[in-house]
Amino acid sequence: MDHHVLSLAMTGSGGAGVMTVGQILVDAAARAGWYGLMRRSLGPQIRGGESAALMRFGHRPILSHGDSFDLLLAYDWGNINRFAAELPLRPDSVVLFDPDAGDVPEVIERTDARCVAAPLSAMAKTEKGVRANMVGLGLVATALGLTPEDLTEEMTKALGDKGEEILASSLAGLKMGAELAADLPAGVFPNGGRPTPAAKPRWSITGNEAAGLGAIRGGIRFVAAYPITPSTEILEWLAPNLAEVGGQLVQVEDELASVNMLVGASFGGVPSLTATSGPGLSLMLEGLGLSVSAEVPLTLIDVQRGGPSTGIPTKSEQSDFNIAVYGMHGDAPHIVCAPTSIPDCLSTVQWAVASAEAAQCPAIVLSDQYMGQSRAIVDEPAAGGPVANRRIAAPEDGAAYKRYALTNDGVSPMSVPGVKGGEYTADGLAHNERGTPSTQASDHQSQLDKRERKLDILDCDEIWAETAGEGPIAVIAFGSLTEAAREAVERAHGDARLIGVRVILPLQPELMAEALKGVSKVLVVEQNHGGQFAKFLKGHYALPATVESLHRPGPLPIRPTEILAAITALKGDAR
Amino acid sequence: MNDLSHPEVDFTDYKSDVSPVWCPGCGDYAVLSAITKALAELALPRENVALISGIGCSSRIAAYTSVYGFHGIHGRALPIAQGLKLARPDTTVLCAGGDGDGFSIGGNHFLHACRRNLDLTYIVMDNAVYGMTKGQASPTSAADWTHSKLTPEGPGVPPFQPLDIALAAGASHVVRCFSGKVQALTKAIAEAIQHPGFSFIQVISPCVTYRPEMRDLKHVVHESFTEPCTDRREARRRLIDDDGFSLGTLFKSVEPSYKPCHQNTKTAAELERQFAL
Repeated sequence: MDHHVLSLAMTGSGGAGVMTVGQILVDAAARAGWYGLMRRSLGPQIRGGESAALMRFGHRPILSHGDSFDLLLAYDWGNINRFAAELPLRPDSVVLFDPDAGDVPEVIERTDARCVAAPLSAMAKTEKGVRANMVGLGLVATALGLTPEDLTEEMTKALGDKGEEILASSLAGLKMGAELAADLPAGVFPNGGRPTPAAKPRWSITGNEAAGLGAIRGGIRFVAAYPITPSTEILEWLAPNLAEVGGQLVQVEDELASVNMLVGASFGGVPSLTATSGPGLSLMLEGLGLSVSAEVPLTLIDVQRGGPSTGIPTKSEQSDFNIAVYGMHGDAPHIVCAPTSIPDCLSTVQWAVASAEAAQCPAIVLSDQYMGQSRAIVDEPAAGGPVANRRIAAPEDGAAYKRYALTNDGVSPMSVPGVKGGEYTADGLAHNERGTPSTQASDHQSQLDKRERKLDILDCDEIWAETAGEGPIAVIAFGSLTEAAREAVERAHGDARLIGVRVILPLQPELMAEALKGVSKVLVVEQNHGGQFAKFLKGHYALPATVESLHRPGPLPIRPTEILAAITALKGDAR
Repeated sequence: MNDLSHPEVDFTDYKSDVSPVWCPGCGDYAVLSAITKALAELALPRENVALISGIGCSSRIAAYTSVYGFHGIHGRALPIAQGLKLARPDTTVLCAGGDGDGFSIGGNHFLHACRRNLDLTYIVMDNAVYGMTKGQASPTSAADWTHSKLTPEGPGVPPFQPLDIALAAGASHVVRCFSGKVQALTKAIAEAIQHPGFSFIQVISPCVTYRPEMRDLKHVVHESFTEPCTDRREARRRLIDDDGFSLGTLFKSVEPSYKPCHQNTKTAAELERQFAL
C-alpha cells in the first residue's frame, strides 16, 4: 500500500453534494500537504443523477487511480447498481453508510467489505440547517488527519457566496462528523497519519485545465470552439484566460466550422487550436486533411470518450487511436501525441503546438476523460518549454516566391497576408511548388515526399516516451493508462519496464529500438475493445516475438493490479 | 462613397498567370474581371487582400487572382474566411464560390456568417447547377428541372431563396447582380468591400455548358432594386414580388458585428497563479 495512504470514494445521488465536498476535501488535503487525485464519475443525467467522487491521497504525487478503495462513504444508494463496478472494494475495505438511506445493497455486501453505519442524516437533523454532506466530510477528513478547522478555509471558499448562516451550519456539520469519527469502532479508518507540509509550491489542476494552459504557453492565440463532453472544460477555461493574454475564442456553429476557422486564422499567421471529442474529430477530418495539404498548422485536442457514435459521452476510453492515426483520406503525414498524466497534459499540448507550427501540419493530442476531468495535486510544473516559431518567408520578388518550395528539410517558408511579395494561393488540390493546382505525377510525388520528410525536423528524443524500470518485459501504454502501468511496473520489482509512448506519430523506430534493448516480451495496455494501439505497434515497430495485448473498453479503467497480473502471466509464459 | 478613381492601378495587376479551367462563355470570367477591377478601383495593396473559396467551378477563382488566396474544401470557404478575418482584422477578406458550395454543403455556415456579420464580402456565382461534377441540380435549380441524370424527374423541391435567407439570417448588405453587367457588378463589389459588415452578393452567372438556356438571361434580368432599403422588414416585403431576376442592392444597413473579447492584460505566467495552492 505504499503508493497511497488512503483511497476514498464518496457516492450519492443528485443533490447530495458529493462533488462539492469532494472538492473541499481535496483542496484542504492539498493545503495541508497531501498529494491527491480526484476523479468524477457521473451518470448521463444533465443535472442530478448518481455521482461519485473518487479520490486517492498520499505522501508522493499520485497520478493513477489505483486498484480499489479503502473507504467508501455512501450518502445514499441511488442507482448504485449502475456504477458499483467502478468502485472496487476488498474484504478489508470499509463502507460507511447512512442507515437512513436504507439497507446495504447486495452488490456492496457481495464484496465482503466491512459495512459500518454512520448516522449522517440523523445527526444533521439535530441542528437546524446542517446538511448530511458536511457531516460526512468532517467524518472522512479525520482519516487524513484533517480537523474541521483544516477544512474551514476551503469550505468557506466553496460556499462563500451562500451566506453566513449556511457557513455556520456547515461548520457545525463538520464538527458533528469529527465527533462521529471518534465514536466509530476502532480500526475503521486506515491510519494515514499527518501529511508532510509541502517543501515546494504545488498546483491543483485538472487535465483539461492543464491542456488549456499548455495551449497558451505554446503560443495559441486563436480558438474556435464547439462544446462536446468531456472536452468542454478546456474551451471554457480558455475563453476568459485566452482573452487575458490577448488571444480570442469564438464559439462556432459546428465542428466543420471550428476546424476550418482554425485553418483560416492559422493561414493568417496566428497559432490556432480547438478541443473536441470523438464525434467532433470525425467531423473535422476533412479539415485536418486540408491542413496537411495546404501546410497550415493547427492543433486539435481530442479528449476521448466511449465510442463509436455518441457512445458513452461521460466515460473514458482510448478508442479514437485509429481515427487519429489513420483517419484522413490520402497520404497525410501529421503529428499524433498523447499526454501521459494530468500534469503532462500541459507539456504535451505545448509541445504539440510548437511542433505543429514548426512542421506546418496538424497535431492531434489524444487526451481522455480520465485525465481530462480529474484533478491532481502536483508539484508546480517547470516554467518555459517550446513555443510556436513558424518559419516565415520574407520574399522580395513575388514572382520568385514558392510557397511549397522543395526544401531539403521539407519545411517551406510560409508567407502570411500583409507580407508584400509573398502573395500565394493555398490549396487543398494537389499543387506545384508555387501552389498552382497540378495533376502532374511529379508534382504530386514531390509534394508528398516533402510533407513526409518535414516531420523529421521534430526533436523527439526527450519527449517521445515516459520510461521507467529495466526489466525484460516491456509494458507499452499511452495516455492515462501510462501511470497505471508505471504503478504495475514498480510493483513488478525488476521484472518489467515502462514505455509510455507520448509521440505516436511521427514514428520513432530508433528510440523504440533503444528502449526495447534487453526486452524479451512486450505487454501492450490500452482502454479500447479492439487493441488498436497493439496492432499499430506490431505493424510499425520491430517488437520481440511475444507481444500480449491487454485491452478493454471503457468505462472500467484497467487497474495496476490487472497489469501486474498480466506481467506475471507473461513472465511464466515459456514462449 | 470614396473616390474610386485610381488611374495608376491596373486591374490586371490583380490577375495571376494561371489560366482558368472554365468553359468559354462561362459567367465566372466576368466575375473575376469585376473583382479585380473593384480591387483596382479601391487601390487595395495586393498583400492586404485575401480571396477565400471552396470547391466547384467558380471556387477556382482564388488561384486566378494575385492577392492572397485560399482554395479550400467543399462548403467551408466561409469558416476559413471568418477565421482569417477574426485573426487578422487588418486584412480585406473576400469569399467566393458557387451555389452548391454556399447554399447546400455550406448552407449552415452561410446562416451563421450572416448572423456574425463580420466585415467581409461573400460573392456567390449562382448558375443553378453543379458544373464541376457535370450537371446535377443545385439548391437553386427549379423543382421541375429535368436535365440531370441524377434527378431525371427534377430535384422535386422548391429552390433555395438566397436573398430571403440572407436577410432573415442577419446579413447587413444584400445584393443581386448579373455577370453580364460587369460595370454594375464591379461597383457592387467595391461597395461591398467598403461596407462594414457581412456583404452578400448573389451573382447570376450562367453555366453555358449545362444550362445553355441561361445564355438568354440578359433579356430576363431587370433592375428592380433601384434604391437599397435600410429597413429589413421593407426589404423582405420587396422580395414577395421578386421573380429571382431583380438586380440591385436590396438591403444595406450598418449593424453590429460579432466582436471577440480581447483584454491582453496578463502574461501566461500571471495566469498560472490561479493553480497555485
